[in-house]
Amino acid sequence: MQLLNTLLIGITAGSIYALMAIAFVLVWRSTRVVNFAQAGMALLSTYFGYEAVSRIGSFWVALPVAMIGGALFAALVELILMRLLVKHASSGPIAGVAPIIATLGLLGVIRSVISMIWGGQDLRIVAPISNNGFTINGSTLVFSPLKLLVLVVVAVLLILLTILFQKTNLGLALRASAHAPEIARLSGVRVDSVRTLGWALAGAAGAVAGLFQTVNGNGNFSPDAIDFSLLLVSGFIAAVIGGLDSLLGAVLGGLFLGVTISFVLMYISSGLFFIAPFIILLIVLFIRPQGIIGVKAGRRA
Amino acid sequence: MFILGGVVLYFLSGVVDELRVYQGATIAVYVIAIASIILLTGYSGQVSLGHGALMAVGAYAAAVLRIEFNLPIILCFVAAVLAAAIGGALLGAAAARLSGPYLAGTTLALAIGLPSLANQFAVLGGEQGLLFDVGFPPLALGEEFTQYKWFFWIAALAALISMWVIRNLLNSAYGRAWRAGRGNEVAAQLAGINTARSKVLAFTISAGIAGLAGALLAMTIGTVSPSAFPLALSFSLLTGAVLSGITTLGGVIIGAVVLVAIPEIADVVAHRLGSSESVTTNLPGLIVSGLLILTVLFVPNGPVEQHRARKAKHAAQHTSSKKKDKH
Amino acid sequence: MSLNVSNLTVHHGAICAVNQVSLAVPTGKLAAIIGANGAGKTTLLRALSGLNKPTSGVVNWMGQTITGVKPEKLVRLGISHVSEGKSVIPELTVKENLELGAIWRKNSKEMKESLDQVVTIFPRLGERISQRSDTLSGGERQMLAIGRAIMSKPKLLLLDEPSLGLAPLVVEQIFQTIRDLTTEMRLTVLLVEQNAMGALKIADLGIVLNLGKVVAVNHAQALIEDPAVRAAYLGY
Repeated sequence: MQLLNTLLIGITAGSIYALMAIAFVLVWRSTRVVNFAQAGMALLSTYFGYEAVSRIGSFWVALPVAMIGGALFAALVELILMRLLVKHASSGPIAGVAPIIATLGLLGVIRSVISMIWGGQDLRIVAPISNNGFTINGSTLVFSPLKLLVLVVVAVLLILLTILFQKTNLGLALRASAHAPEIARLSGVRVDSVRTLGWALAGAAGAVAGLFQTVNGNGNFSPDAIDFSLLLVSGFIAAVIGGLDSLLGAVLGGLFLGVTISFVLMYISSGLFFIAPFIILLIVLFIRPQGIIGVKAGRRA
Repeated sequence: MFILGGVVLYFLSGVVDELRVYQGATIAVYVIAIASIILLTGYSGQVSLGHGALMAVGAYAAAVLRIEFNLPIILCFVAAVLAAAIGGALLGAAAARLSGPYLAGTTLALAIGLPSLANQFAVLGGEQGLLFDVGFPPLALGEEFTQYKWFFWIAALAALISMWVIRNLLNSAYGRAWRAGRGNEVAAQLAGINTARSKVLAFTISAGIAGLAGALLAMTIGTVSPSAFPLALSFSLLTGAVLSGITTLGGVIIGAVVLVAIPEIADVVAHRLGSSESVTTNLPGLIVSGLLILTVLFVPNGPVEQHRARKAKHAAQHTSSKKKDKH
Repeated sequence: MSLNVSNLTVHHGAICAVNQVSLAVPTGKLAAIIGANGAGKTTLLRALSGLNKPTSGVVNWMGQTITGVKPEKLVRLGISHVSEGKSVIPELTVKENLELGAIWRKNSKEMKESLDQVVTIFPRLGERISQRSDTLSGGERQMLAIGRAIMSKPKLLLLDEPSLGLAPLVVEQIFQTIRDLTTEMRLTVLLVEQNAMGALKIADLGIVLNLGKVVAVNHAQALIEDPAVRAAYLGY
């Protein structure tokens, strides 16, 4: 029983990491940049959702509101920050690290502004459906309708996004713009607009991650909540484990990370919660540097 | 040059008030820490978001040795450097295959994970942390020599020594190897440089220096605890390095001063505006992060480098116009 | 004269790569641009297709001034540029690379027709249609690149050194195909080549570039027979 519960906890946490990882991969696949501010954007989207819930009262309205808000904000960031970055800082020794530093700065700015507007105290979003575990033969599983919902959402997102990328013209444009922007331009693709779209999609995915991270816990969230730092790191690690280029890899990476951490916490020590992701990342990168699904092309940025 | 700086600081510490002396000590700590980032990121091209964690390693090593074995302070600091350097070597070895965002993300994970380990082991003091007491200033310096002045002297001396060491390292063959590897790793390898070893070396040295900074930070605060080394610290260090000019050692003092000055300035600004509490507490963070973005966008190589480049451009235009006159 | 270039100057940083170049290409003609390495041929094409911004000068296409217009817009005006080297996206399949050329038209029926047309011209691509492009040989990749350019139904085709790195037999095939396409699809073509003889043999018009400047313009056949050109570029 404990085994099953550990597994289930891991899968649930993992699926939320997977959502975050999907956001990272979306940005990477469309612009070849890692957006360290992703969790900050997810946090901001959660606040958007909160505002929606406070006014309208329904989580099901809050979800799309958060997604749209997240998408718009992400698009704005790409339009302003990223394009400025390309213009001013794409050569010289700083070129490789400039996007990293800029997105980190953005993370700090978002956090500060959130605290200024909404304050630093805990706010609450209540889950839309029950988070009480299913019962089987009298014992309660650590798996509830809510957790099932999270899994379903992840699966649906994965399928929809994969179809988008692999089967549609827009997806082709996105992939071409990321792999070879010049060739894409010469083929008539509006590369700049496409990259913005990639960020918008990532913003929406991040919003879903942020909302579910909140309601899956006790529903409380705040700018300093350790949950979001963890979401940032775990989401990124999950993306890397999966091989930064693949959406499926992101999901598998997330699940793998979640389950592994869960077992480590249960069977080794619960104090390792914060250091476990790091160690798992090191081990995975050591054994298989290209990630679960990644292609062996060398870990260049 | 360094001796001159030392003399200047000696006089300064005599005339300024306690708060400034304390801030001076903190600035010295930041100078050391930022220099370690410049070495690693600016020269060797490896981004680390985990230097806060390496500082923590140094700080804890120093504190534990002091408490458990009551070693003389000098040895504690040496231990801090060694402990952090070992950590850096391990991290560097793991990181040698990574680059860019992968490395950044890995060190980010470390920055979040490592300090929390302190809660695991009793000897590390848990959440409240350990006391780190460097002792009183020697009586030889007179009755009026305050604790904070003592801190400042130790930190400033350490800073001067570190800067001297780092400067020589950067100008040596090691420094050249780092820069070569940063620019084009394949070309560097073809030129006979063992880039992997060079990268790990950079990490080791950078970590050791960060460890020293960590121990000194512990000295000024008086305690070592996980909360003294949050993720924000690692980010601040990177910010300071970018503000100083990530490829130039000369600008280090700029970044350090800005990092210490920001909370004060933010405080003043917030009070002038008469804003709410939530604004005042968050303004420093906002300014620091905002500065980071602006700097990396518009002054990516730092003010010192920007100035040098502008001078060079002027000189080039001057000579070319001179040439035109000759025709 | 569908393509008119007047006093075009393009800089590469501080270096003047294209220096006051003027040329005119009539509609439906193939102009070969030859010259030594570093003569400015690639930069010229890149300025024409919008990848590089010219410092000064005017480019006119079909009566419209297109100087400095972005490449994605120029494609919609009928200008397709096959850049030198890796003009194929290796991670995508052959079909995807081809479709990329036509997605801006947003018409799936037309895309299918163009796809069939390209496969007819290059049957080898048809055989490998679902394979990843990095499995293709050099010659096949060049065909793919040209095929993708055709997918956008161009009126002006800019080709940068299509023969580079290819075996002589393949080079012959490619050149012949380019000639056929020009005639059958009534394209206007600018063909930049280091293989001066091969290019001049299929061209109507020849332009010689040296150090960023135009040093000779003539009928292709006249250039082939010109002793100075023969000595410098044709090797005899």
